[in-house]
Amino acid sequence: MSGNVLYDAPGPRTLRIERIASIAVGVLIVGFLAWVVVGMIDRGLFNERWAIFTDPPRGQSAEDVWYSLLVRGLGATLRAAAVAAPIALALAFVLAILRTSGLKLVRGPAVAIIELLRGMPVLLMMFFGLLAFGLTSFEAVVFGLALYNAAIVAEILRAGLAALPKGQVEAGTAIGLTRWQTLRIIQLPQVVRLMLPSLISQFVVLLKDSSLGFIVGYPELLRTMQLNYSFFGDQYRLPLFVAVLAVYLIVNVTLSRLAVYIDRRLSERGQHAKQATVLLPAGLDVVETKGP
Amino acid sequence: MDSVIESLPKLWDGFTTTLFLAVVSGVLSLVVGTVLAAFRVSPLRSLRIIGATIVEIGRNTPLTLVFVFFVFILPTTGYILPLGRVPAVIALTVYTSAFVCEAVRSGINSVGVGQAEAARAIGLGTVQTLSLVVIPQALRTVVPPLINVLIALTKNTSVAAGFAVVELTATGRSLARDFPTDVLWMLGGVAFFYLVITIPAGTIAGAIERRVVFSR
Repeated sequence: MSGNVLYDAPGPRTLRIERIASIAVGVLIVGFLAWVVVGMIDRGLFNERWAIFTDPPRGQSAEDVWYSLLVRGLGATLRAAAVAAPIALALAFVLAILRTSGLKLVRGPAVAIIELLRGMPVLLMMFFGLLAFGLTSFEAVVFGLALYNAAIVAEILRAGLAALPKGQVEAGTAIGLTRWQTLRIIQLPQVVRLMLPSLISQFVVLLKDSSLGFIVGYPELLRTMQLNYSFFGDQYRLPLFVAVLAVYLIVNVTLSRLAVYIDRRLSERGQHAKQATVLLPAGLDVVETKGP
Repeated sequence: MDSVIESLPKLWDGFTTTLFLAVVSGVLSLVVGTVLAAFRVSPLRSLRIIGATIVEIGRNTPLTLVFVFFVFILPTTGYILPLGRVPAVIALTVYTSAFVCEAVRSGINSVGVGQAEAARAIGLGTVQTLSLVVIPQALRTVVPPLINVLIALTKNTSVAAGFAVVELTATGRSLARDFPTDVLWMLGGVAFFYLVITIPAGTIAGAIERRVVFSR
């Protein structure tokens, strides 16, 4: 690794030693994995139970299993996330705007609400919805996810607002825009773009937290998995778990990669963005043509 | 309101269980996470790959699914864990370690390469470079995100409520059923106990962060 703060740049001899040690460790890891797999074979974990995905028992077809997992289970998970995310985002905009207000009377309560929502477990908020406000399990899941993430996203947006150059607001004020207009036309569009990677990462968190629906009785992906293995029998728990884990990993890793990709593209454009801030009037032209 | 005072002993028991889960899995995941971070910055490529794989899986798996694995799946493969706190601590540690690893790694990476180069240039050895130059700087940047990871862990202990551990959230749920007219008060009491931990910890993290930014 070049440019590492922990080690000096390695010479040819060190490189050779590192390569040999790396291969040795690699062999050890592969050996360990092989040992685990052999142990699993000895315990009979690679028997006909995996046929649940191709030829399941009890008169069900493979399509039934996949349909229940991917369409009903994952569908319910995505539905909760898809309903909660826009609500969270909308609330977050409101909270972030109040939080950065010039009036202490407005800022104070906003800080209190954000701290309150951030400091509580999502599951507890879902129980508030379920037990205190009498919501259905779906509504309770959305309630918890939306409120909790609203507070987190509000903090992300606030960090974005703080990261924008001061000249942006000053320029807005100078051409006679009100605070609301400055926010809407100048600050927020830039903040959303700047913070897009963080927002996507937070969406992954939201998606993961939707699995708490399992505990409050919302039939999402995990609950569907449980329904499947209580129908087919206990030996099918492992294969069904592996399938659900794979589904989560595929969805979340894809989203995380997207966040990293956008982050990289933004930082590549970093220089251009700095130049663009100097050429603000050009940006305002665009805004003006959009105006009424 | 009287019912809250009446249930205080139960809430306190829940609180100590939550605290137990948070402290034990906190310490364990700090250790495991630091080891993983060492893997990820190691000069050996195979260690880096294995570290990155573990972290990527850990960060993208829902905590509930980790709990499901240790409580419902693992026993059917012949490895039986005692029900209750043990699988909860294991699940929380497995999940949190990935986040600890990332916090520690970004702390190490936040120290400029020039710092280590300058240390070597004035003749410091490896141990001195690390102990006098790199680690003191890395530690400062690493503490606020680590506190945030531990705050998240404290809130995440609530997931154990779904898996036969009577901690704060589970206590709140059962109290809400015992006192159907005071549900808001009961859950509010539970929320208060969480906030007692999370808000001061968050304030401390923020204060340290501001001081570190200032000193750079």
